[in-house]
Amino acid sequence: MPAVLRLLARRLGISLIVLAGVSMLIFGIARVIPGDPARIALGPNATGEQVAGLRQALHLDDPVAVQYGHFVADLLRGDLGVSLYTNRPVTLDIAQFLPATLELVLFAGVLMVGIGLPLGMWSASQRGRWPDHLIRVVSLLGVSAPSFVWAVMLMLMFAFFLPVFPIAGRITDSFEITRVTGFLLIDTLLAGNGAAFVDALRHIFLPAFALAVSGIGQAARLTRANMVETYDRPYIEMARAYGFPAGRIAAKYAFKPSLIPSLTIIGLDFAAMLGNAFLVEAVFAWPGLSRYGVAVILRKDLNAIIGTVLIISATFLIVNLIVDLLIAFLNPRIRHSERGAR
Amino acid sequence: MRRTTVILLRNPLSMLGVVLVAAVVISAALADYIAPFPEHRGAVVDFVHFNQGPTARNVMGTDLVGRDLFSRILYAFRISLLLGVVVLAIATPIGTFVGLLAGYLGGRAEFALMRLTDVFLSIPPLVLAIAMMGVLEPTLLNAMLAVTAMWWPWYARLVYNITRSEREEGYVLAAEVIGASTLHVTFREILPNCLPAIITKMTLDMGFVIIIASSLSFLGLGVQPPTPDLGSMVAEGARYLPDSWWLTVFPGLAILVAVFGFNLIGDALREILGADQ
Repeated sequence: MPAVLRLLARRLGISLIVLAGVSMLIFGIARVIPGDPARIALGPNATGEQVAGLRQALHLDDPVAVQYGHFVADLLRGDLGVSLYTNRPVTLDIAQFLPATLELVLFAGVLMVGIGLPLGMWSASQRGRWPDHLIRVVSLLGVSAPSFVWAVMLMLMFAFFLPVFPIAGRITDSFEITRVTGFLLIDTLLAGNGAAFVDALRHIFLPAFALAVSGIGQAARLTRANMVETYDRPYIEMARAYGFPAGRIAAKYAFKPSLIPSLTIIGLDFAAMLGNAFLVEAVFAWPGLSRYGVAVILRKDLNAIIGTVLIISATFLIVNLIVDLLIAFLNPRIRHSERGAR
Repeated sequence: MRRTTVILLRNPLSMLGVVLVAAVVISAALADYIAPFPEHRGAVVDFVHFNQGPTARNVMGTDLVGRDLFSRILYAFRISLLLGVVVLAIATPIGTFVGLLAGYLGGRAEFALMRLTDVFLSIPPLVLAIAMMGVLEPTLLNAMLAVTAMWWPWYARLVYNITRSEREEGYVLAAEVIGASTLHVTFREILPNCLPAIITKMTLDMGFVIIIASSLSFLGLGVQPPTPDLGSMVAEGARYLPDSWWLTVFPGLAILVAVFGFNLIGDALREILGADQ
C-alpha cells in the first residue's frame, strides 16, 4: 500500500518538526526560571567558585541558542542530562517511572474504547428512547468533572465504603516480581504468577477507571452523534428495507463510517489522559512519571522538567501517528487513493 | 437570538443547564449576602467547630480550622468563574486572529502559524500548564496565563478550518473583486460566519477551563490558600478520607454542578446553531 506508506512518511516528518518545536518551547520555558539553577542545585553553602564551575559544566553562561545546541546534541545521543535533585541521569529516572504511567494510561484507554464505543452505539440505535436519554445524560456527567473528582469519589465508594478494591499502590508488597517490561500486568504473567496478576489488576482498575471516565463519556457522545448522522443515510434505509437484522445494520453499516471521526477524538482524549494522570496518580499514590513530574517541577529541576515534558509529548505524538495510520487503513478513500491523503 | 432563547428554555435538559449556571453565577455574585459566614472566605480559625460533618449550623460541614464549607464553596465559585471568563476573553481573540490569517492567507503564513499551533497542541493540555506553573509563581494571574497559553490553539484550529472552507465561497470572491483589503475580507466578511461555532465552543469551554483550573490548584500549582478554591479544597480533604468525607465530596460536587450546567447549555447551543465542529 504505497499511499499509506507515503502518508506515514509525511506524518512522521511533520511529527519530527513538531517535536523539535516542542523541545524549543519547553527549553524556552525552562530557561526563564528565576534564580540560578547551579546555585539551587549546590545549595546555599557552596562557594562562588563551585557555582561558577557548575555553571560552566552546564553551559549556563553561553547564549541561549548555544545552550539549546548543546541540549539537542546531548539529546541525539540519548542524554537528557543529570537530574539536579536525584543526581541520576534523567533518562534513568524516566525509564524507572514511565512504565507505570504508560500502563495506567493504556489500561484507561482500553476501558475508554471498550466501554465508550458500545455505549454510544447502543445509544444511537435506541435513539429517542429512554436508554438513549439516560446514556446521553450520564456521558455528559462523565465529562463534567475533572478526573481527580472521579478518583476521590470512586475511592470513597469502592475502596472505603465498599472495600472491593485496594486504596493505593500498584501491587501488594509481598509479591516479588522480576522487572522485565515494567508493565506489572505483563510481568506477572511472564512470571506465571496468577495471584500477583489478579492483585495488580485489582490495583490498576480503580485509578484507570477514574482516568477513563471523561474519555468514556466523550467517546460515547461522539460515537452516538456520528452514528445518528449515518443512520439518516439512504444506504441504511436500503439495508432496513432488505430486512437486515438491526444488530448487523448497527455494527456493519452504521458503526464503521462513524468510527473514523471518533478515532481522531480518541487520540486527543489519550493526550488528555496523559495530563490527567498527574491528578489520578496523586490520589492513588501511583508510582509513575506524573508524580515524578510534579516533584521535579516543585523543585525547579530543569533537566528533569524538560525530559519529562519531552517524553510525554513524544508519547502523545506516537499515539497520534498510530491513530492517523488506523484512520488511513479504515478509510478506503485514503487506502486506495493514488496521491495519499490531502 | 430570541429564537435561540426560546428553544433553550423549552428543552428540559437545557433548561436545567440554565438553572444550574444561573444558580452558580448568582451565588458567586451575591456570596456576601447568601453565605452564612462571609468572613470564612479568608484565614479564620474556629476551633470550637472544626472538622465537623454537616449540621444545621454548617449544612456542608466545616473544614480543618472550623470554617463553614458552604460559604467557602460560594466564594470559590467566584474564582472559578473569573478564571474562566478571563482565560476565554484572552484566548479566543488570539486564536481567532491566528486562525483567520492562516486560513485566508495560505502559503508560508499558513504553514508557519499552523505548525506553531500544532506545537502547542502536541503537549498534552494539562502538562503544558503544569510546566508553566512550575516556572511561574503560583498566583491567580499566572494560573490564568498558563491556562490561556494552552487554550488559544484550539480556537486557531477551529477558525482555521472554517476559514479554509469559507475562503472558496462566492461572497469572499465578490469582496476581493471590488478590491476589499485583507483585513476587511477576514474580519468583516469571514469572521461573522465563524461566530456561531466560536460562541458554542466558548460555552462548552467555560466548563473545561473550570476543570483545568481546579486541576492546577489540586496539584498546588494554582490559587494559594487562604483564598477558597474548589481544587485545593478537594486536595486538602483527600488526605482525610474516608472519615471527613464532606471535605472532598461537597467541593467535588460543586465542580460537577457548575461544569455540568455549562455543558448542558453548550450542547443545546451546538444543536441550535448547527455548528458541529
